[in-house]
Amino acid sequence: MTDKKLLEVDFGVGGITTDMRPRPLGDDLHSDTMVVNLGPAHPATHGTVRIVAEMSGEKIVDADVEVGYLHRGFEKMSETVDYNQVMPYTDRLNYVSPAINNFGWCLTIEKLLGIEVPKRAQYIRVLLSEISRVADHLTCLGASAMELGAFTVMLYMMEAREDLWDLIEDVTGARLTVSYGRVGGVKDDLTADFGPKMAEAFKKVRTHLVNCDRLLTRNRIFIDRMCDIAVLTAEEAMSYSLTGPMLRGSGVNYDVRKAFPYSSYEDFDFEVPLGSKGDNYDRFLVRFAEMEQSLRICEQAIARIPDGAIAVSDPHVVLAPKDEVYNSIDGMINHFELVMYGVKPPKGSVYHAVEGANGELGFYVVSDGTGKPYRAHVRSPSFIHMGSMKKMLLGANISDLVPTFGMINMIGGECDR
Amino acid sequence: MVDTKEKVSELQSILTQECGAAIKESTVELGDLVVRVAPEQIFEVLKKCKESKSLGFNLLADITAVDWLDSQPERFEVVYQLLSLSKLWRLTVKVSLSEGKPELASAAPLWNGANFLEREVFDMFGITFLGHPDLRRILLYPEFVGHPLRKDYPVQGKQPRIPLRAPEVENTARRMLRPDLVTIRPKPRSSNDKEQSAAK
Repeated sequence: MTDKKLLEVDFGVGGITTDMRPRPLGDDLHSDTMVVNLGPAHPATHGTVRIVAEMSGEKIVDADVEVGYLHRGFEKMSETVDYNQVMPYTDRLNYVSPAINNFGWCLTIEKLLGIEVPKRAQYIRVLLSEISRVADHLTCLGASAMELGAFTVMLYMMEAREDLWDLIEDVTGARLTVSYGRVGGVKDDLTADFGPKMAEAFKKVRTHLVNCDRLLTRNRIFIDRMCDIAVLTAEEAMSYSLTGPMLRGSGVNYDVRKAFPYSSYEDFDFEVPLGSKGDNYDRFLVRFAEMEQSLRICEQAIARIPDGAIAVSDPHVVLAPKDEVYNSIDGMINHFELVMYGVKPPKGSVYHAVEGANGELGFYVVSDGTGKPYRAHVRSPSFIHMGSMKKMLLGANISDLVPTFGMINMIGGECDR
Repeated sequence: MVDTKEKVSELQSILTQECGAAIKESTVELGDLVVRVAPEQIFEVLKKCKESKSLGFNLLADITAVDWLDSQPERFEVVYQLLSLSKLWRLTVKVSLSEGKPELASAAPLWNGANFLEREVFDMFGITFLGHPDLRRILLYPEFVGHPLRKDYPVQGKQPRIPLRAPEVENTARRMLRPDLVTIRPKPRSSNDKEQSAAK
């Protein structure tokens, strides 16, 4: 007690005294790990997700990725409404590219019904899917670039996205939650001046892309933050069930549009960009290259789009023309049945996948023969990609967390459903 | 383009050759091959599917479940979607589980991707995956009671708000403080206080 008192140093300001007893060497080095909590509401996690990282100095030695903060019960809700009423819910899965979700759901139900939509509807689906994909990639890359300090790139990309959303708005009437798909076709035809408008918008988008490419791709700071970080080999990527740009960044050539073509994707000439190393920079490059390919697909589609119907002419699937409804008893009954009970696929279960902006977006639907799905499940790429986050973070620096998260491009609505 | 029908029949023949009796039933539903496997044999079948060169299912696309309630003899059905990137074919594997014993071997030792997928099935259906490295709820919170995607869970089901998770907060804070290094003591205010503290 006495010698302790002798060693007490009184700074006299705030009454803080420091115990300066000699201690074994290294004891006051901060060698124990520290837990850093990121999220669920954090400006760099554009989406509600919580990452609890255990740090040793600046290195992440353990991490727990908590998802589910945006869980709305999409699958449970889908069981209570009819097949076409699920459409607005699918909008809210990946809300940056909602058209792809719409068409994924439609294609699944159409597979269950055993119908194929007319060629014009397929081309319209391709057009809107690809425009949405570019918008999604622009959002992903723009946000990630901003987090690494490149604010100009973000603004350019948002401007480009705005041009694309104007196109989507022209056709669907909405910018974000489009609800444009219908089982058996699409809601509306393209506007008369869609072709020239699209050409003009793409010109602007391409200018922005060139600018962003110059600002970002050879940028020393950007390369230092992205290269050799969060590396996943091809085997690891496959083991973690990754798809889309995450898998292709690791050099695995798998694109649902090429491997299992749907909606006439086999008609179009496009390339699948692949990465070589599997780091964040590769994922960035793959997304950047994919945008150009998507624009190419759109241009081919608009040049070759055939005339004709935009939905099947089956009155049990798609509402019959009003003329028929008001002037014939059959038409009236079909209309009533469809409005009251919805589309009734035969009993069975089906899995169908489309290439979403983030990867394979699959729907597993079980029908019991009634107008409502017995079970609807969505294989959301974001959710599965979050499963690989821990693996990518281990051994990385805390500063690598944000770019890694950005390149996963987790969309809260899709991940948590 | 390769004829899909041909591909499915090729897959079907290779599968019966490789897994043999473990496949209880194999049907082609809407152009996709669907096989049924007994719950005891699911791990062996998945392992064969992954490791056999001729099957080459290197990617586990999805795991989900269906609750059939009383409409089928076994209440639960776990559905695996396998994908081969080398052969470009898909396979659906279904396993029926009884209500009394909803347990199944985990696929996590084979594919890391099964970790999150099985946690979701556990969360939503209460199906336990034996051998899973970290089986906890994923989309819902630990205090949630029941499994919402079961058919007997009400659509409008409401659960009470949970209190703040104090233990976790305490734990994090405790690890960050070093109480033995810095001690904070009130500074004696007057000479009177000093004497008192000295007397003590």
